Amino acid sequence: MNQLISRPAEHDRTAPPLEVEDLAVRYNGAQALSGVSFALPAGARAAVVGPNGAGKTTLLKVIAGTLRPSSGSVRVYGHGPGGHVCIAYVPQRTQVDWSFPVTVAEVVMMGRARKIGLFRWPSKGDWDFVHTALERVDMAELDERRIGELSGGQQQRVFLAQALAQEAELILLDEPLTGLDLPSQNAIFGLLDELRRSQVTVMLTTHDLNLAAERFDQVMLLNQRLIAFGPPSEVFTAAHLLQAYGDHVHLLPGANGMMVLTDTCCEGGEEAA
Amino acid sequence: MSQVLAWLAEPLGYAFMLRGLLASLIVGIICPVLGTYVVLRGMAFFGDALAHIILPGVVVAFLLGWPLGVGALVTGILAALVIGAISRRTDIKEDAAIGVVFAGAFALGIALLSLQRSYAVDLTHLLFGNLLGVSDADLWLASGLGFLVLLTVLAFYKEFLVLCFDPVLAATLRLPVNFLQNLLLVLLAVVIVVSIQAVGVALVLAMLVTPASAAYLLTRRLPAMMLAGAGIGALSAVLGLYLSFYWNVASGPAIVLIETAIFFLVFALAPGRGFVWSWARRRQERSSTA
Repeated sequence: MNQLISRPAEHDRTAPPLEVEDLAVRYNGAQALSGVSFALPAGARAAVVGPNGAGKTTLLKVIAGTLRPSSGSVRVYGHGPGGHVCIAYVPQRTQVDWSFPVTVAEVVMMGRARKIGLFRWPSKGDWDFVHTALERVDMAELDERRIGELSGGQQQRVFLAQALAQEAELILLDEPLTGLDLPSQNAIFGLLDELRRSQVTVMLTTHDLNLAAERFDQVMLLNQRLIAFGPPSEVFTAAHLLQAYGDHVHLLPGANGMMVLTDTCCEGGEEAA
Repeated sequence: MSQVLAWLAEPLGYAFMLRGLLASLIVGIICPVLGTYVVLRGMAFFGDALAHIILPGVVVAFLLGWPLGVGALVTGILAALVIGAISRRTDIKEDAAIGVVFAGAFALGIALLSLQRSYAVDLTHLLFGNLLGVSDADLWLASGLGFLVLLTVLAFYKEFLVLCFDPVLAATLRLPVNFLQNLLLVLLAVVIVVSIQAVGVALVLAMLVTPASAAYLLTRRLPAMMLAGAGIGALSAVLGLYLSFYWNVASGPAIVLIETAIFFLVFALAPGRGFVWSWARRRQERSSTA
């Protein structure tokens, strides 16, 4: 029976946690991504930005190994993503069925389903893991809450705790900051700082150019192909932004640098960076 | 008191009633357990279709004189896998793929049956069940399969939970997603087959979704939802059978009607989430803001 489950690949510690080479993806018959190559060192924190339909979610799903690329390769610690259980993918909050009858602790425990193994029930050690994870995201006292009763920031933190319980070393977050208030965003960045110290690599998508520029060491500008990748100061240039956003970006000279207005945000609002 | 006991005991004096009661209890318990997944994954249409698709298998087994369960099980499992394959491998949307197989198979079943002289009676039994015609062999088969279904749900509990709540997580955890999905479909087919004798092809859907939906409104966690659903299913089976015995109502529809009545009762009165509750809350909010 255990042959159903393939053994996870041994990590090659000399290889980077994430290395993507000349990736192309077709999705529903259309080219969604092409020519994407980059690598992330351990403990890096990268933001993927780009207009709607740029392929940000597609990129995360291919890295997570739930979507197959049409060409190119993804290597996680030296192996294709399919063999790994150390990759956590946290979907956009709108993709989650919040009316599902599960509690916070149960959702976090799901991250350990694979580690526990077939035909076994969670041990005390697994529950300890879950409660430690919930403490780290400051949700310990809400463990018996039904997930539908949580606020947006709490919902996001439950899924981060799930990634922690999974003992993930590469965490992919789809729009984790969208719709969160400032304290909730700061709570998440606090946790990301902690993850960086334990060498966990984090990649997330966002529409917020401001946050991307200020709080990430690597930024990727994407619009169906890789436009720029590197430190924010090198990526966020007028030429790159025009390439990514086209007519949907307005560049204004500001007091300290450049002011950027985009009108492609998910919620119809405008953002400045 | 003794009169009530006599009233309760009278139907059980008949062997066919006792067998019918046991069969409907088995169905009443296993249907909502699987139905919990059907309700949470929005597979109600699929479940209904699967029940109809099984018809030709049952008819062929009937014409060949095999146990009906065997024919039904083979077609059910086959159909579940074919539908899964059609919707995974083409651009055809799943509900359309189901519709094609559903209607075609149902037509085939009725066409085969219409070649028989006893067509009308047989069709009625298949469509609406024949609980009082349950044999000892049927009962053994039903309890064996029912036990197997419950054991499988228990064994794969945490994998099914991940699969139903977040299929993408199941994939990133590298759980055997296709195997689990097919296993769930096979379990569904088994449960439907067991239920056909009790309530028939046309009403199996009610056994799957009605008690589970009522249980959804009453509970906050999956195991509780399964238990409450099984409780409602079992209660409906017993009440339905008495209804059938004393008022001469066909037994399958009687059980389904009791389930439906319980659902609407829960829908109206469920603490916190029922219709009356939310109406009262809205009223209170309005008066506090006014």
